[in-house]
Amino acid sequence: MLAATVPDVVTFALCAAVVLSGGIGVITSRNAVHAALSLVATLFGVAVLFIEQHAYFLAAVQVIVYAGAIVVLFLFVIMFLGVDRREDIEREPLKGQRPLALLFVAISLGGVLAMAAASNWVTGAHGVAGSTTAGGHTDTYLLGKSIFTTYLWAFEITAALLVVAVVGAVVLARRPSRVHDTSEAPGALPGAGGAGPGPADGEAARGGAETAGAPPAPTARTREDEMRPDQPAGVGSGAPAGGTTGPAEGGTR
Amino acid sequence: MSIAPAWYLGLAAVLFSMGAIGVLIRRNVLVMFMCIELMLNAANLTFVTFSRVLGDIGGQSLVFFVLVVAAAEVVVGLGIVVAIFRRRSTTMADDLHGMKG
Repeated sequence: MLAATVPDVVTFALCAAVVLSGGIGVITSRNAVHAALSLVATLFGVAVLFIEQHAYFLAAVQVIVYAGAIVVLFLFVIMFLGVDRREDIEREPLKGQRPLALLFVAISLGGVLAMAAASNWVTGAHGVAGSTTAGGHTDTYLLGKSIFTTYLWAFEITAALLVVAVVGAVVLARRPSRVHDTSEAPGALPGAGGAGPGPADGEAARGGAETAGAPPAPTARTREDEMRPDQPAGVGSGAPAGGTTGPAEGGTR
Repeated sequence: MSIAPAWYLGLAAVLFSMGAIGVLIRRNVLVMFMCIELMLNAANLTFVTFSRVLGDIGGQSLVFFVLVVAAAEVVVGLGIVVAIFRRRSTTMADDLHGMKG
């Protein structure tokens, strides 16, 4: 291995710092949004390390798929659920879990590094997928050739995997249709037919208030208005707000 | 020419450890998913490093497949999180003790 040049060393050091600080940010952020943004920093650092190792196509895919799609999906779910509140990470529900976790991970890391230091990195096995420098082609050419020849069957399987994932996500995220419930409830029990949709609607409205409650101030004000219904100003400001947000949320679903 | 592969592999090992620590100590399911992404990225970095060292494009092909699997995993996992949140209104792993004996 030839000696590393100064730009390579500087690039690696900077990217390693970005990657590690991003990782620390992910596991120590109280806010899930901050964790997601730290994850973006880590992913960018890894992408630059890919470029440093001449895997240009994978660096582009890393940025596009990870930072552009996966993290945005994370952020979308965080905002959609309204769980971007601070998490109390000082509280430790299981006594001694964190020291034990750190201990076991440190043992594993130390074991891996010790094994790596004591043995050879490279086993010298012959490649099966083709060289990275064959014929002076770019890595994109060679990667495409490898995927569409050696790993063609696996590539076809990924198509099936993505279809299954899309169908599964649609089925999981689909809200159970309320029309089905109301048509079924009176037939099952006439007495519970009138009471059945009531709690369901109340539950849905409460869930809607929590999902829409990214700014916590409106929900707090609404709760205060509900607690003090005798004041005409509170009723006047609270009741139309609830009346307008209810159908609007129902329409967006 | 380039940084020695040992540095990349050490960095990947440390990054993987961070992901493992995060999965073990965090309570928010969304953050646990992010830590799983950290571990997948560490594995990807190892794959690319060995691809360069061995001169074999197969490592980069595997990274491609890991990316696909990670995308599918996140889609299904976040769908599960959304479905759980509808029922329980929480994303904390401690509150999901319905199968506790």
